[in-house]
Amino acid sequence: MNPSLLLTLPLLLPLYGAVLCLLFWQRNQAQAVIAATVQLGLSISAGLLLYEVSQTGILTTQIGKWPAPFGITLVSDLFSALILVSASIVGIAVFLFSLQGLDSKRKKYGYYPLLLFLQMGVSGVCLTGDIFNLYVWFEVLLICCFALLALGGTKAQLEGTLKYVTINIFASGILLTGVGVVYSLYGSLNIAELALIVRQPDHPNLQLLTLCSVFFLTGFGIKSAIFPLFFWLPASYHTPPIAISAFIAGLISKIGIYTLIRLFTLVFIPKANFMLPMLLLLSALTMVIGVIGAAAQKDFRKILSFHIISQIGYMLMGLAIYTPLALAGSIYFIIHNILVKTNLFLVSGVVAQQHHTFSLKKLGGIYLKQPFLALLFLLSALALAGIPPLSGFWGKFMLAMGGFKAGNYGIVATSLCVSLVTLFSMTKIWNEVFWKAKPLKVSKPSGAIPAKSRYPKFLYMPVIFLMVFILLISLYAQPFINLAQQAANQLLYTNSYIEAVLKR
Amino acid sequence: MELLMPFLVGTLFSVSLYFILHRHLFKLILGLILFGLATNLFLFVVGGITTGEVAIIPQEKETAEPPFPDPVPQALLLTAIVIGFGLQAYAIVLIRRVYQTLKSNNLDDLSKTDKT
Repeated sequence: MNPSLLLTLPLLLPLYGAVLCLLFWQRNQAQAVIAATVQLGLSISAGLLLYEVSQTGILTTQIGKWPAPFGITLVSDLFSALILVSASIVGIAVFLFSLQGLDSKRKKYGYYPLLLFLQMGVSGVCLTGDIFNLYVWFEVLLICCFALLALGGTKAQLEGTLKYVTINIFASGILLTGVGVVYSLYGSLNIAELALIVRQPDHPNLQLLTLCSVFFLTGFGIKSAIFPLFFWLPASYHTPPIAISAFIAGLISKIGIYTLIRLFTLVFIPKANFMLPMLLLLSALTMVIGVIGAAAQKDFRKILSFHIISQIGYMLMGLAIYTPLALAGSIYFIIHNILVKTNLFLVSGVVAQQHHTFSLKKLGGIYLKQPFLALLFLLSALALAGIPPLSGFWGKFMLAMGGFKAGNYGIVATSLCVSLVTLFSMTKIWNEVFWKAKPLKVSKPSGAIPAKSRYPKFLYMPVIFLMVFILLISLYAQPFINLAQQAANQLLYTNSYIEAVLKR
Repeated sequence: MELLMPFLVGTLFSVSLYFILHRHLFKLILGLILFGLATNLFLFVVGGITTGEVAIIPQEKETAEPPFPDPVPQALLLTAIVIGFGLQAYAIVLIRRVYQTLKSNNLDDLSKTDKT
């Protein structure tokens, strides 16, 4: 297929879908049909893109035929194609969940178009080859997140959204400042050309590269909840309904890490200064603080939210070790985490729909009533904790091996201990929600509980759907590990990216 | 003028951060708007200030004569202003809804989602 079509379809499909949905304002069924078509098309086009990239190498296209450093470049290597594919899988699952798991009032006020615009933003961030465009796509993504988080307007949602909005506008400002500094120092915004410029040994502004990178580390650090910039995440991610929070929690903070890895391998070379030790320290602290925070929580979704932070630490760990093996571990871990984290959120949604609460104290006895749901949770939870042969194990194994080979024993020891505490948290949920007897006192339903539906069993569909993919990358891991290793090599040996974009 | 600008940008940044950290909801709006202005002004100044020239190529020539200002930061600035306007409009509406729903303009009251 034509590469420019392949690269623009993940942007155009959600855009047209969202506009069509807006034309069918307040007509839920028509919107659902449009959204279903778009989700299907999006995942097919993302799959085709991944296939094409793995066969022929990095794909690029210049929008409007302006040559590379001047025009707008869309570029896809294996890393971005992999993220796009997992994002589209999660999109299908969340869409399926929303059919029965979201109240029709929220759907009436634009859930489907917002979700589609959000997916367009995600595709844009993954595909853009220009640092300012990256900022613009991030804003597209953020404004959709803002609207989705506040959709419905309950007290808790508004409160959570206010925190999310404030910190994210601040982070965007820092990013924009960083873009300005990069342009004034190096005179280009195209990522590939910047990569060329910063590799000239006699460039006069080379000493200031670390300064620029700090802007991006802070900005994307806030957006992906790295220690000590994570406090907004557990305050806002658990407030909206599951059909919203599963998508945002599963995907958006990983997109921040994606951009960090992209920029810190291509443009900001963290070798030979204090950046790598600092990234190591940050990743270790992110892991530890996140998992300790989770241990103190008593709400299903809040425990999962704190675990997002802890797992962001693992993704950062691969970047901080900075070897092909460790980066491959990071990439595999990101894909695994997008799928597993979304699945755990969806399971919490299924539980809450039937028992009207997320509180661990009030839940119980689900293993007796719904053993199949318990099994689905157990598999996802063990995958998150990294029990072999499930997917988390392979990611952590590659990260640990990369760490040992690079001689970073401290970070490996930290990551393994954190895995143990993750297992503790997951057993806590298992014991409280699934294993213990149901408490006698009947609780009354509160704010963000999914709506009652006529087909409660339908909610199992998205969970099973994601479970299939989790089991696929767990039990049939070798091809995916190979892909991750190829993607890591493309990231670290930047010549192929630069050549593909600038056609030199 | 160029000497004055960095101080102006710095003052704007610090004032906006002070407002954002203040506990009154209305000052949060002011803080967010000023922060947007500060980043925009920074973007403008960091691109280099050229007085009295425009980046327009005269009709009879192929290229513009230096000194002319770099048009790229101005294009970025224009985009950033539009995006910032959208974000600020959303933030204002959101803050108004928060005030209406929670019946408080004190950010210290908004700590329910943080509790375990």
